[in-house]
Amino acid sequence: MKQQVSSTVNGEPVEFLCAADETLLEVLRDRLSLTGTKEGCGTGDCGACSVLLDDRLVCSCLVFAAELEGRSVTTVEGIATPQALHPVQQKLLEHAALQCGICTPGVVVAAKALIDANPEPTEEETRYWLAGNLCRCTGYDKIIRAVMDAAAEMRGATS
Amino acid sequence: MSEAISEAGAFRQIGTRPIRPDGLDKVTGRANFGADFSLPGMLHGRFLRSPHAHARIRSIDITAALAVPGVKAIVTGKDFPDVAPGDIEGGEGGGDYHDMAVNVMARDKVLYHGHAVAAVAATSTRAAEEAVRLIEVEYEPLPVLLDIDSAMAPDAPLLHDHLYTEGLPEKPARPSNVAQVMESTRGDIEAGFAEADVIIERTYLTPTVHQGYIEPHACLARWGQDEQSTVWCSTQGSFDVRSMTARVLDMSISRLKVIPTEIGGGFGGKTTVYLEPVAILLSRKSGRPVKLVMTREEVFRASGPASASKIKLKIGAKKDGRLTAMSAWLAYEAGAFKGSPMVPGVMCVFAPYDVPAFKAVGYDVLVNKPKVAAYRAPGAPQALFATESAMDELARVLNMDPIELRLKNAVRDGSQASYGPKFNAIGMEACLQAAREHPNYKRPLGPNQGRGVAVGFWFNVGMQSSAEIHINEDGTATVIEGNPDIGGSRASMALMAAEELGIPYQDVRVLVADTEAAGFTNVTGGSRVTFATGMAVIEAARDIISQLKARAAALWNVDVEMVDWVDGKVVARPGVNVEADPLTLADIAGQAAKTGGPLLGRASLNARGAGPSFSVNLCDVEVDPDTGKVDVISYTAIQDAGKAIHPSYVEGQMQGGAVQGIGWALNEEYIFSAEGIMENAGFLDYRIPVASDLPMIDTQIIEIANPGHPYGVRGVGETPIVAPLAAVANAVNAATGLQMTELPMSPPRILAALEAAKG
Amino acid sequence: MARVFLPQQLHRLTGGAAQLDVVVDDYRGLMADLDRRFPGFRHAIEQDFALVIDGDIINDPLLEAIPADSEIHFLHRLGGG
Repeated sequence: MKQQVSSTVNGEPVEFLCAADETLLEVLRDRLSLTGTKEGCGTGDCGACSVLLDDRLVCSCLVFAAELEGRSVTTVEGIATPQALHPVQQKLLEHAALQCGICTPGVVVAAKALIDANPEPTEEETRYWLAGNLCRCTGYDKIIRAVMDAAAEMRGATS
Repeated sequence: MSEAISEAGAFRQIGTRPIRPDGLDKVTGRANFGADFSLPGMLHGRFLRSPHAHARIRSIDITAALAVPGVKAIVTGKDFPDVAPGDIEGGEGGGDYHDMAVNVMARDKVLYHGHAVAAVAATSTRAAEEAVRLIEVEYEPLPVLLDIDSAMAPDAPLLHDHLYTEGLPEKPARPSNVAQVMESTRGDIEAGFAEADVIIERTYLTPTVHQGYIEPHACLARWGQDEQSTVWCSTQGSFDVRSMTARVLDMSISRLKVIPTEIGGGFGGKTTVYLEPVAILLSRKSGRPVKLVMTREEVFRASGPASASKIKLKIGAKKDGRLTAMSAWLAYEAGAFKGSPMVPGVMCVFAPYDVPAFKAVGYDVLVNKPKVAAYRAPGAPQALFATESAMDELARVLNMDPIELRLKNAVRDGSQASYGPKFNAIGMEACLQAAREHPNYKRPLGPNQGRGVAVGFWFNVGMQSSAEIHINEDGTATVIEGNPDIGGSRASMALMAAEELGIPYQDVRVLVADTEAAGFTNVTGGSRVTFATGMAVIEAARDIISQLKARAAALWNVDVEMVDWVDGKVVARPGVNVEADPLTLADIAGQAAKTGGPLLGRASLNARGAGPSFSVNLCDVEVDPDTGKVDVISYTAIQDAGKAIHPSYVEGQMQGGAVQGIGWALNEEYIFSAEGIMENAGFLDYRIPVASDLPMIDTQIIEIANPGHPYGVRGVGETPIVAPLAAVANAVNAATGLQMTELPMSPPRILAALEAAKG
Repeated sequence: MARVFLPQQLHRLTGGAAQLDVVVDDYRGLMADLDRRFPGFRHAIEQDFALVIDGDIINDPLLEAIPADSEIHFLHRLGGG
């Protein structure tokens, strides 16, 4: 028995059919071909599947797709504009803050959510906010610097 | 010392920090990793895995499973050909093709909990999972061996009835769980210990740990009726997947094309095959493409973790700190099949020190755990955890500065390495001196805080690489190579090509090509890519340059001997009568059609001249005496990179390796039940370090040029994980007065040690 | 004359000899010489060992020249992570 769900994904209206037990992650990847959102664990521990659900940061592997009815989702594919990368994306590149890049989509989404909620995060706040995004390559140093740099640049741009 | 410079002259781009060529793809979600590929009509596969750590398979009944709607194919061990034994090329003495085939799919026995027993392909994952539940297997449970001591006991039950210990003077009469013994000695060890004023003797234990790459193993396979198969997979070595899969399925290499996807971490763990042969068989049986993706739980239970170890170490020294003798007994768990990194462990356990007498004896020990895979400097973290812990204790007993003690005994140019040859142009002393002068070595410490020092080392390897460079009509370039980019290597390749060709970095694109488009190239591992594949890229660029000279000479109508490549341009030699400006790559590329057609450079090599990389790490910790929790409050990684092509990615290797080592020291371990079932097979309970656990990881790159590379490069990827285990332990010991010898130093273990010390 | 250090794992073949001096031109000559002295040596080397000439590790030797006065070792072939 499948359900029909109407929602908004990355600003576009989307309709899809899904089973009651399908996760948001499965629908994004397998039904909507939005494979930028990654699965690292399927249990909400690694943060590679982070998305914004009505602007709230969630692990899409822990959300049922049927819950999307009438709500909006932003994935990593919806962070940049057609003209430019988001400052978080640009700073991650400038700081060489990714090695393999599998955690990067989740980090991009989580860091955007951090800066939206707290435009001037301290190092400690940044570290705790991103504690749900596992990275095995970088030791986090360059990620933390990049995110704080992005926040600083956005403050400069808006002031 | 050799001058490391490019053909273009002094470095202009090497050592800069441009954005990686694949950067945009990776921050926008465009990059396609192993699980991101799909094909029309694709089936989804799931595994049935053993619920026992050791059992004989009596029977497998797939009748009910095949009846599940949507199920298109099921394979078990019976579907796989028998594979003859034979050493796997390119490993570190680490395995056998027959074992690999049996590891991919169990035949008559299961040897660890999670060992694959059957696989199902169905039109949905849910149908495949339901079918897996309906496969009936009858097992005869067998005794389970989970540690070195019980596996080495004289009367131990056997994992394999026909495994005889290798490396003994004569073939033993009885089979054993010890696959190999290796001994390495020099000098008179007894005289050395007799001469010592101080002797430190301890037993060190490290647990089974996992590389912890965030991307689970994944592949998509398509078999065709013409017997040609294509595999998309996340791997460190597409050519290795090709040869291994062909061997496991007894097929010709020409029948298999492997397309490497972007890879979400590997650290050595993605240098073998688990899924690919199974996916091809399922595809052959069903006639449809099949995707197999491991769950995180499967990654823990059924991919290759790193060896647990037990090391008995003894070191002797004079009062002035000079080492007189060292001995080590090293046992490494191989898991269910032979091939732990015992050999490199024996070779490196004393590598940092110049000691007149030593003896190391290593044992490769089978237990009922998943077969280990390489993990960054395989064997070295365990070995040097022991050595560097003991050296630190020696410094404390002698009341010497730990860096002074190490400087006193350090290997230097001309020292005979404990593993054989003489060292040349190594950075051990330079790293120690940098550590001694580092501000973080002088920072005052507070209550419950302590500082640790440790040395790291890895041999580094060369091996085979190929590269092509295609020059476009406008003088821009495409580099084609075969090493999956696991940490920014496209940027390094582009920098080296741009440097040689005298064109901007942005004008070079790098393609990581599949096994039918790239020349043969060994695995992305062994810290070899920037060194060896980089060398191939440089040689391919120099191939282009020699063609440019010939073409410029033709354009100028002079002999090729009359022109030079200077500063990124072809120039006429002084006195040559040419009324023309120097010609750039773009100038010549624009006229390529007139001078012989497209410009294409290539190189293939089996790289010689790999240079070892030493490191020194400084670690400050604070230990909470009430909870036993250890916080790393400052960490400094100093390492000899030879020459840092892209310093940010070199720092990244140092930082990432340091944090993996910190996790190994403080948190990470496989916890097994008495039945051999891993009880923490998820990231919640197998806790790798998270951002809030850590401080910034300070780095200092030392550059002692490797004379074996045109730019002085030595590998940097593996050494970073070696020093942290002891650096953290030594810091904990300094903070607490304890002598921790078992990892991880988790809060319960620290608390217990603190309680015991109180008496 | 090159000085050859024989790997400890093969001392059973060399009757305990740990090093010797040889006069050879290249790797093939070296292997022929050592296999004549110690039957089975070449096979054992080719299975597991890399050649080291003055510190330069060669995983798959065959054509390499052995310079006079060089120091020759054999190392277990290594890979890595």
